[in-house]
Amino acid sequence: MAEFLFEIGLEEIPARMIASAEAELQQRVVAMLERERLVSAGVASKSFATPRRLAVWVAEVAERQQDITEELVGPSVKVAFKDGVPTPAAEAFAKKAGVAVSSLKTVTTPKGEYIAASSTKQGLDAADVIVSELPKELAAIYWAKNMYWRPGRPERFVRPVRWMAALLGAKPVKVSFGGYEAGSVTYGHRVLFGDEPIALKLPGEYEQTLEKSFVVADVAVRRHKIRKALDAVTRTVAEARWREDEDLVETVTQLTEWPSVIMGSFETEYLALPEEVLVTVMRDHQKYFAVEDKAGKLAPHFLAVLNTEADEAGLAVIRHGNERVLRARFNDARFFWEFDQRVSLADRVELLKNVTFQKDLGSYAAKTARVRKLASNLAGLVLQRKCELNPVALDEAVSLAKTDLTSELVKEFTELQGIVGGLYARAQGLSAAAADAIYDQYKPVSMEDSVPRTVEGAVLAMADKADTIAGMFGLGMEPTGSKDPFALRRAANGIVKVLAETTVALPLTLTEVAAAACGQNEALTGKVRGFLAERLEFYLREARGQAYDVVKAVLAAGADDVRDAVARAEAVTAVRGSDDFAAVSAAFRRMKNILAQAAEKSIAPGAHVEDALLAEASEKALAQRSSELAARVASLRAEKNYKAALESIATLRPQVDAFFDGVMVMVPEPEVRANRLALLTQVLGDFSGIADFSEIVTAG
Amino acid sequence: MQATGKKKAALTFQELLFTLQRFWADQGCVLQQPYDVEVGAGTMSPDTFLRVLGPKPVRIAYAQPSRRPADGRYGENPNRLFRHTQLQVILKPPPVRIQELYLESLTAIGIDLREHDIKFEEDNWEWPVGGAWGVGWQVMLDGLEITQFTYFQQCGGMDLDPICGEITYGLERIAGFLQDVDSIYDIVWAVEPDTGRKVTYGEMRLAEEEQFSAYSFDYADVSKLWEHLNLYESECLSLLNQAKNFEKMDSLELKRFPVLGAYELALKCSHVFNLLDARGAISVTERVGVMARIRTLVVGVARIYAAQGQLLESAV
Repeated sequence: MAEFLFEIGLEEIPARMIASAEAELQQRVVAMLERERLVSAGVASKSFATPRRLAVWVAEVAERQQDITEELVGPSVKVAFKDGVPTPAAEAFAKKAGVAVSSLKTVTTPKGEYIAASSTKQGLDAADVIVSELPKELAAIYWAKNMYWRPGRPERFVRPVRWMAALLGAKPVKVSFGGYEAGSVTYGHRVLFGDEPIALKLPGEYEQTLEKSFVVADVAVRRHKIRKALDAVTRTVAEARWREDEDLVETVTQLTEWPSVIMGSFETEYLALPEEVLVTVMRDHQKYFAVEDKAGKLAPHFLAVLNTEADEAGLAVIRHGNERVLRARFNDARFFWEFDQRVSLADRVELLKNVTFQKDLGSYAAKTARVRKLASNLAGLVLQRKCELNPVALDEAVSLAKTDLTSELVKEFTELQGIVGGLYARAQGLSAAAADAIYDQYKPVSMEDSVPRTVEGAVLAMADKADTIAGMFGLGMEPTGSKDPFALRRAANGIVKVLAETTVALPLTLTEVAAAACGQNEALTGKVRGFLAERLEFYLREARGQAYDVVKAVLAAGADDVRDAVARAEAVTAVRGSDDFAAVSAAFRRMKNILAQAAEKSIAPGAHVEDALLAEASEKALAQRSSELAARVASLRAEKNYKAALESIATLRPQVDAFFDGVMVMVPEPEVRANRLALLTQVLGDFSGIADFSEIVTAG
Repeated sequence: MQATGKKKAALTFQELLFTLQRFWADQGCVLQQPYDVEVGAGTMSPDTFLRVLGPKPVRIAYAQPSRRPADGRYGENPNRLFRHTQLQVILKPPPVRIQELYLESLTAIGIDLREHDIKFEEDNWEWPVGGAWGVGWQVMLDGLEITQFTYFQQCGGMDLDPICGEITYGLERIAGFLQDVDSIYDIVWAVEPDTGRKVTYGEMRLAEEEQFSAYSFDYADVSKLWEHLNLYESECLSLLNQAKNFEKMDSLELKRFPVLGAYELALKCSHVFNLLDARGAISVTERVGVMARIRTLVVGVARIYAAQGQLLESAV
């Protein structure tokens, strides 16, 4: 047994691709070694990654594959031998198995006598196996975007390969890929160590050797080092905190081999710009962390993560450079902000005619017109149901929602669209309701993001998204498989999330949203509605963590009212663990099966339950108890007290158990049979309004 | 404080250019003069756009003034220009040490890498109108993007083999960094050795920024611009059309066929389009259409350039 190490050195890998590539390389190398019988299942392994390298270490690799003997079964004896003489079939089999005809054996199988051969495959040296198999694994790694780099283009990879190291114990393994042959040499930090080759002696020394060469190869260690440095540097300013930003920590971790942190400052006059603008400039454009005071207000400092270390004088130079860049960026932002104020949002409406939304769907002016109508329809429904909504503010917000696309600030910082519009609306004296709605219009941008703060904002956000979905579906540009170039799934997830999570319940159904977006086109409405329902299923599972069967059961009983579906799912999850509920669910599944089998045999249930035809005590009991319960469950359902309703249904257990113990449904007498089927139909009908319990998976 | 330390004065704008040109000349690059037709980026010069096509190795470097009318700020913004200068280096095929060479070029202009923070951050490049794209990085020095480094993969919609390494330095950015000035206009362009008088970037270029911003935003005659666009386009199309007769041409005719002329006409169209855009004169329906028209020209030229090269090659 020997430890194995493989490292591939590359020109800087895009930060966003490193984590998945690191995991994939580890998974591929270990799986390959296991497939080749060189490691046992569950072997210890560890992965490493920096912008310039991906590496994997495996604990115990056999030096050689074990020989394996396989028993191969060939044609039947009758076919293989005629009068005791081997036929061509026997010869062909012997050749394939690599044995002489004389050493063929006979085995007895359930199908009769067959010939067989024992074939021994010689094990290969681990190094030889790795040399032949590892390059295929490397070539198969998935990259979101890759490139050719060598003339003749033999391979594509994320960036040019610069070296490879492969060690099995102390011995280099000559893996070839991308024009390189692996050796036992690696390289340290580009600047701090320089391009002197570093000899690796043993796989287990990899991490320490790199550490001495100013490379922290373990991503978790690097991340921790960065977080600690962020904390330490921030402490130099009294009561300051750096603004937590997990994504940014991840990015800078993948941009550095030897991280350190500096704090820089900027003139307080820039704090007059909106915080959103300052933070976007720092985070998205410069990868700086924002700093806030104890009240959570932005402080005139920033934190930059460096890929180097320097003494005080060196840090001063680097800090000065970073401050200079940030000041220029802030100056640009301030210039755009002031420049944009020359034209009001209202005057920008006209300019929207020049901004394309989508080539077949026209300009943003056209989109605005559609969304206005859509939003007004939805607002009408909301008002009809006696819910609060300011239709004037909503219409103002919708009319101006996209005008910030014509502003210089949004052209420069596209990630601030909507937010800039909201800020400008407030600066230009629009109502807070309109300004907030504009500000929140793209919310939620992800499953983790929050929903708009106001009803107006929620209606605008939904109308905008629904218009995009309906428009794209109308053009036949529906998402397929993993392809969703217009982020329609995200838009639909957003609609579902808005309906589910606004502070005040929005009385709108998915069908209403789809119909408002698609107008008279019923086929399109159906498609869009189906798409939204699919996202509701996704939402219940992913955002609410509901079990697959609960979601299926709940949606089978209605998938139109999002908040109601969430409440029903939560209630089902709350009670599903009880024995009574599980037993009732299992019984309901049985009822459904019986009805389905009857339907298959074209046996129709009676139109309704005839008490006179109820013969057995247990069926009488079920009929009586269930009709008593039905009224109670219906009223609990009407109050949306789903948990109590479900608990009531579960009390039916003694009667359903007794029914199935004592009653045969499919009896020969047609009238009795039809009546019993009618009873089951009625029970299922009365109690499946919250969820179709026959979908619930129960143990046993 | 001097960003480059106290040892010696930072390079002037022109010394920066000299030094980089000297550096790349020493690496075997032919120093070409700037292309004298308006382009939006150094990549659009035929010394990049056309030379990256085909199998012939190329090492070339040139400073290219690049015009982006919509980026004009009447000279009021200290960091943004209607016309800036790129130093473009093309290495086909890219040498294995291309990254190290690039870093050495930074050392050559007085940047001691051990005193700075340098990162290569993913930044892929694309020019859809030219059917061209590549993958690469923006090179960040103490948080400042100083270079776009691209491995060109496709041009004119055609795969490149060999591919090509492209290094584009933003000269104003780098000079501002070296000299530690907050406004581009304060960059020292040259120093008179006898009087010590400093000539600044503003002295040389501010008037141009003011006037050309005014021209592209306020004065340019939209209907005339449309006429220019149509005329340049029709002449380019006519050349593309005549190129269909390549097979019938003898080698002298073929060699003299003005593919390069066609390319200039396509570039003229591209610049006029940018002016119309800055002028706010391109409507929605027109934008998509005009982009497609220019793409037809640019990609068409790339194809006939490749075809001409191949035919001439096989004729030898």
